[in-house]
Amino acid sequence: MFKEEELERISKARLKYEEGVKKATQRYPERKSTFTTSGGVPVERVYTPENVKDLDYVKDLGFPGEYPYTRGVQPTMYRGRLWTMRQYAGYASADESNERYKYLLEQGQTGLSVAFDLPTQIGYDSDHPMARGEVGKVGVAIDSLEDMEILFDGIPLDRVSTSMTINAPASILLAMYIAVGEKQNIPMDKLSGTIQNDILKEYIARGTYIFPPKPSMRLITDIFEFCSKHVPKWNTISISGYHIREAGSTAVQEVAFTLADGIAYVEAAVKKGLDPDVFGRRLSFFFNSHNDFLEEIAKFRAARRLWAKIMKERFGVTNPSAQKLRFHTQTAGCTLTAQQPENNIVRVTMQALAAVLGGTQSLHTNSFDEALALPTEDSVRIALRTQQIIAYESGVTSTIDPLAGSYYLEWLTSEIERRAQEYLDKIDEMGGMLVAIERGYVQQQIQDSAYAYQKAIENEEQIVVGVNKFQIEEKGTSREILKVDPSVGEKQIARLKALKERRDNVKVKETLEEIREAARDESINLMPRILDAVKAYATLGEVCGVLREEFGEYKENIIL
Amino acid sequence: MDERKIRVIVAKPGLDGHDRGAKVVARALRDAGMEVIYTGLRQTPEQIVATAIQEDVDAVGLSILSGAHEHYFREVIELLKSEGAEDIIVFGGGVIPEGDVPSLKAMGVKAVFGPGTSTSEIVEWLKNAVHERRTKEHV
Repeated sequence: MFKEEELERISKARLKYEEGVKKATQRYPERKSTFTTSGGVPVERVYTPENVKDLDYVKDLGFPGEYPYTRGVQPTMYRGRLWTMRQYAGYASADESNERYKYLLEQGQTGLSVAFDLPTQIGYDSDHPMARGEVGKVGVAIDSLEDMEILFDGIPLDRVSTSMTINAPASILLAMYIAVGEKQNIPMDKLSGTIQNDILKEYIARGTYIFPPKPSMRLITDIFEFCSKHVPKWNTISISGYHIREAGSTAVQEVAFTLADGIAYVEAAVKKGLDPDVFGRRLSFFFNSHNDFLEEIAKFRAARRLWAKIMKERFGVTNPSAQKLRFHTQTAGCTLTAQQPENNIVRVTMQALAAVLGGTQSLHTNSFDEALALPTEDSVRIALRTQQIIAYESGVTSTIDPLAGSYYLEWLTSEIERRAQEYLDKIDEMGGMLVAIERGYVQQQIQDSAYAYQKAIENEEQIVVGVNKFQIEEKGTSREILKVDPSVGEKQIARLKALKERRDNVKVKETLEEIREAARDESINLMPRILDAVKAYATLGEVCGVLREEFGEYKENIIL
Repeated sequence: MDERKIRVIVAKPGLDGHDRGAKVVARALRDAGMEVIYTGLRQTPEQIVATAIQEDVDAVGLSILSGAHEHYFREVIELLKSEGAEDIIVFGGGVIPEGDVPSLKAMGVKAVFGPGTSTSEIVEWLKNAVHERRTKEHV
């Protein structure tokens, strides 16, 4: 980007500067002998055009909305439309979650994001023995279409986009959503939203898997195929680095392992005969926004450029929409402290700002009290207001990718891409991401980083304000904490029992047998049959039960 | 003499998949010279207690971030009692509201370590707690 003679002048000037630094540091040494990003990438004292001399503006950065999309996926970005403010919520029963959604929509939130309880995520009905103590705890309990009807009661599905954090049973919850749409007279091609549907990161980091990898991949590609034809506005997967980062990975590992998962999904779909130029448009991503402000911004930019290259060069994708990495961001839950929790508002603000400067399409900001318990209505409102202040008051939305051209940021963007590519090459050598996960390689890498980070905190190389420095004596707080009503489980079980008595059980049995048949025959897409079953009010646990019998269950490979 | 190495189970009861904390703690206990059995995810209280007895452990650590801590601590402690193994130390951590700690302690949970606890604090506490338990045994 710079002329040879200009670089020579800079180089000379730098020598002079370094002389000065030498003298200064002899008298006043720097605070540390080496500086790194939070992920361990060495950081120099100062960056100049010399660090980015090989950068080719048009080829490596280009313009917003143009390949390789380093500067953003849309030509006008936030000047055209702000990101979607989407707070992940849902707890207890469908009725209570429905109230919270209506509240959030009234407060100016622009999309819904549904949190399911763990039994739902793992395919157990509320009356299953494994569900004891867990019903309605971390999200809403959904056993059947009836619960889903209550959850979206009074919310017109053609006017909201809904993101559902659901993975192993994603096809069942999507089918229920489609069925609710039908009852509201909204055809499925008008529905928009996202299912997480990313099973690989469940094996790696999040833990809500059910079936072994192979049938799980088949469920996913069945969804890709079905939605390409019938639910074209639906994001069929949200390939997630968020949980990989929460499990302790570095920023580089987050990019590398997420895109490696992405590659595995594209390969599986191509193998099934699907066209990446078509299904590639509906792939979306989900990243974490952590503490190291500039490293995070560089990470988002690097991920976008790297994915565009992968889709174009590796998979021959020519459709620009299928080359674009569109992503949701959530601020990093693991950075929230239980100590002096109000400080978390500041952390979340910085993380949210990094996501916006990194060009996110939608954003969840964490509530400051989440290290203590489920967030209260007040803390959720502050979290949403944080986004609104960035959007409407900070001025950062007026121009696109405003930090581009910073010597450090551009250098770091390229460095993260280079380091992530090294991981991708290594995973390819191992035989792909499925092999790397089965061998425990990915998990081990993440755990090593998590352990190193904890050690760094304990020996105070890494300062966490209020935790290992600047502590105060904290009084036993009388803070308001949201508690889930313990009777939720009983009520949910009673509702389920009543439903099972009321519905046409012969029809339920028939539709479940149809699912069994399709499970045995890969040439039959499972989606239409699951849709029939949920419409007959077969429960989530019943559908998953049949699939468990046919597919078996995944057993964790314990790595320590 | 305290010759035997400290044996401890670190367990993830229930459906919660957040295992970062459990794994970091398990590793720190191992690095401190203890024999650590990490169970992996989705353990029922019955499985945890069976492992505890079979492995003849000094302590059971439960990591729970799903809000279901009351349920799982109670189950594990009651099962240990019914097996006559109530002398096994039960401790834990995770996202556990401060207000819930007194009732957990009343139930028999010896310590609850919240977010931000250093692993060395857990190591020291466990060493002391096990030492105390063994001293009692010999009385």
